[in-house]
Amino acid sequence: MSVLIDRLSRIVGARHCLASAEELFVYECDGLTLDPVRPVAVVLPADAAEVSGVVRVCSELGHPVVPRGAGTGLSGGAQPIEGSVVVECSRMDRILEIRPEDRVAVVQPGVINAELSTAVAELGLFYAPDPSSEQVCTIGGNVAENSGGPHTLKYGTTTNHVLALELVQSDGERLRLGSRAGRSREFDLVGVVVGSEGTLGIVTEISVRLSPIPEGVETLLAIFDDTVSACRAVGSIIRSGLIPAALEIIDQRTINAVEDSVYRAGLPRDAGAVLIAEVDGAPCSLPGEVERIGECAREAGARECRVARDEAERARFWRARKGAFGAMGRLAPDLYVHDAVVPRARLPEVLEKICEIGDRYQLTLSNVFHAGDGNLHPNISFDRRNAEEVERVIAAGREILETCVAAGGVITGEHGIGVEKRDYMKLVFEDEDLLPMLYVRDAFDPERVFNPTKIFPTTRFCFESNPRARGYDRVPFK
Amino acid sequence: MGERKHSSGGLPDSLYQGTLDCVHCGLCLSACPTYRVTGQEIASPRGRIYLMRGVAEGRIELGSGLAQESRLCLGCRACETACPAGVGYGALLEATRSVVARERIDWGIFQRIERMVLRQWVPRPRRLHWALSLLRAFQGLKLDRLAARWLPRNLSGALELAPRVPPASSRRRLPAQTPARGERRGCVAFLEGCVMPELFGDVNRASVELLSRQGFEVLVPEAQGCCGALQAHAGDLETAHALASKNAAAFDALDVDAIVVNSAGCGAALRECEGWIGAAGERTASRVRDISEFLDEVGLRGPLGRVSLRLAYDDPCHLIHAQGVAEAPRRLLKAIPGIDLVEHAEASACCGAAGTYNLAQPEMARAVLDRKLDHLLAAAPECVATGNPGCLMQIASGLARRGSAIRVLHPVEILLEACRGASETQR
Ligand SMILES: Cc1cc2nc3c(=O)[nH]c(=O)nc-3n(C[C@H](O)[C@H](O)[C@H](O)COP(=O)(O)OP(=O)(O)OC[C@H]3O[C@@H](n4cnc5c(N)ncnc54)[C@H](O)[C@@H]3O)c2cc1C
Ligand code: SF4
Ligand code: SF4
Repeated sequence: MSVLIDRLSRIVGARHCLASAEELFVYECDGLTLDPVRPVAVVLPADAAEVSGVVRVCSELGHPVVPRGAGTGLSGGAQPIEGSVVVECSRMDRILEIRPEDRVAVVQPGVINAELSTAVAELGLFYAPDPSSEQVCTIGGNVAENSGGPHTLKYGTTTNHVLALELVQSDGERLRLGSRAGRSREFDLVGVVVGSEGTLGIVTEISVRLSPIPEGVETLLAIFDDTVSACRAVGSIIRSGLIPAALEIIDQRTINAVEDSVYRAGLPRDAGAVLIAEVDGAPCSLPGEVERIGECAREAGARECRVARDEAERARFWRARKGAFGAMGRLAPDLYVHDAVVPRARLPEVLEKICEIGDRYQLTLSNVFHAGDGNLHPNISFDRRNAEEVERVIAAGREILETCVAAGGVITGEHGIGVEKRDYMKLVFEDEDLLPMLYVRDAFDPERVFNPTKIFPTTRFCFESNPRARGYDRVPFK
Repeated sequence: MGERKHSSGGLPDSLYQGTLDCVHCGLCLSACPTYRVTGQEIASPRGRIYLMRGVAEGRIELGSGLAQESRLCLGCRACETACPAGVGYGALLEATRSVVARERIDWGIFQRIERMVLRQWVPRPRRLHWALSLLRAFQGLKLDRLAARWLPRNLSGALELAPRVPPASSRRRLPAQTPARGERRGCVAFLEGCVMPELFGDVNRASVELLSRQGFEVLVPEAQGCCGALQAHAGDLETAHALASKNAAAFDALDVDAIVVNSAGCGAALRECEGWIGAAGERTASRVRDISEFLDEVGLRGPLGRVSLRLAYDDPCHLIHAQGVAEAPRRLLKAIPGIDLVEHAEASACCGAAGTYNLAQPEMARAVLDRKLDHLLAAAPECVATGNPGCLMQIASGLARRGSAIRVLHPVEILLEACRGASETQR
């Protein structure tokens, strides 16, 4: 082991190569706290050249590599693997270039999402993907998870905002993909890397698209007696032809947790649910849009609609929405954040079923979600020290996902598969569907150095004995 | 202190319970100065809490890793302001440090001297006065530079970082009673502090004069003393609790509208003394107000004279994060005609002073301070205002080292200038 540490230290410097028991202990898990695993080393490279050196050493000595940003991922993407080296990107946090005339920024992977928007704000620009973890998560992590956020509804997910990438491969080579100029005519390999959850290599440079800050923005808070009516309002807003910037629903349990926290925004504690609706664009068009959204909400049963009076109140609404997951920490030591997408029209019915599942398993379940996208986040509060409760949490989770799939949905909207959902892949994919993904993965990373145990099911594939797939079982699944 | 220990880890049960509030969401990371400098999980609030919990659960040993981390943490509590789950990080840190101290983990010469000074010298006004007079004489003869050469590294650092001690004339104690000027609006008690009268006697006198000009009678009870914050931060809860009890007794005896404090660190300690000494601290804790908060609550009484100044306000951690006071000082300063309040980035981030931190962890303190100085210099104010003695010294010495002419003042000094200015023009 010391050979490894010694060689890694020589590349990144001893102070950026962590190997003490305590230093490794805290890297056991990311946002998913079940099943922690300790790595054998953690390195914090300063640039792509160091990443390349580190990867070469790990490949040579046979240690899996686990890339990591801020460790806020909720599916265990940055969770270490037995014998692995964690490559922590936090020191690669420089914005390399800002080109306002092209609306492009070139960043290192460790740049914090919200800080990019802050840095370009004076140019009248912002970086659109805005996960609720924006104040801490890294652009590298966003790229790996193809993260979205409340404003995905109008602006799209990370993949719509990445123009070019640099990727360090298992032999240490640095591959450049895409073009900063925008469209290119080859295969969309940037699109393949975005959302690959750190299984294809380590992203060391990203050229992202910046968007102009909309001239005007209005935020409306619609207050409902129950979540299902709020969902109906979302349906009719979308049907009306409007394209809101965001449509988010927060249920009563979450409202109360948030109102107890430092992120409180004066949301009504007795409401069954609130809908945060935002429209942006030319200021002259906004009052009309707000009016129409208000109508839809009232028709669906909203008892009150409030428009944020000023920027401060608007910011408070969003802080409340974005602090919601963390605020649930007030209810129990752990939180299982689920993530699934269903067709919008099915939202009310699926939500009812989800709540029924929570009750049946006697769990504390709350919902705060990107309603406009049909992206659900049923959250289960629990205590990981209680093994029996953990079993119930997992069983309920599985039923929730099955319910979403049965309604024509998918098992993740934005948090990824990681280790959490790899065995649920078979709910949506046949072995034959998984095969092309494996081909792609192995084309990029034939030795399976990067995050080898993530995404794909742990159970062996039936096609591993299939002659068509020969060569793809060289490295057995761990 | 008499607390039941958790069976496995050697950490008190209340500490263990406190760690369970953390859901590992990571929303605190970017607020943490030591994480920003190192990028390491172990130097982040989430990592530190995870480690405390791991030790309490017996999953990892109580050893030098936790000791070192508990010392590397600034105790700035920016993580509390960021944490939606309401983790009481400050209390967790204090408890961890007190275990580290009790078990004497990595207990070196610095820790021994620090404990001795904080126990025997700081809380005893006369001793502190003589010690600082001696330091002043040393500084006058430049003997401190000489001594620094053969002392161990962090002790010599301490001498270099020591502020210039002002002459005895400005180190007088405050009068026990100062009458209100003009129409009387009420009566307040004032915490004189331990270091404040010695190093910032002028700020203390400015505070009392300001309160008096604002119509408040000011009482400075003789029986009060050091607040215990520094001792608690160094893991000496026993001394801290004793000092808190003494202050609670001194202030409980007074019938005043508020107990006004002009040092953010002391204000935070008094405000939280209930957590230390229970119900005995209740009456004091509930009446404590930072001076800016108090004046903002009662409303500044005009007229105010003009103070033409391009000013940056930097939040002391123990004011914004521990007491939740951020807008009050800004509102007061903005109310002064002629003040151009400029924003600098990360105003709410720690400057690295953090009590005795800049002496114990000079390297990290320097890195944290450098970030602060970069942001301040970028905003280019003529003056920086901040309401805590540690921050005043740290930022002033940092700016001086960078050759900057930016002055560093306590907000009350600027407010007083405005009050005095008005009465002069009226005359
Ligand atoms: C409170 C909270 C709210 C959240 N809200 C949202 C939300 O609204 N929308 C959303 O989409 N997600 C959300 N998430 C999930 C999470 O924040 C995102 O997935 C985020 O993109 C992860 O970024 P990170 O820097 O923390 O990456 P990590 O968690 O460290 O890593 C995530 C994945 O990326 C890989 N990775 C990291 N850096 C690199 C790199 N340089 N090259 C290659 N692979 C890399 C890792 O191996 C891992 O698989 C939330 C999480 C929390 C805790
Ligand atoms: S107190 Fe300050 S330095 Fe310590 S963990 Fe919290 S934010 Fe970081
Ligand atoms: S923000 Fe609070 S709950 Fe989240 S990781 Fe930090 S301390 Fe834990």
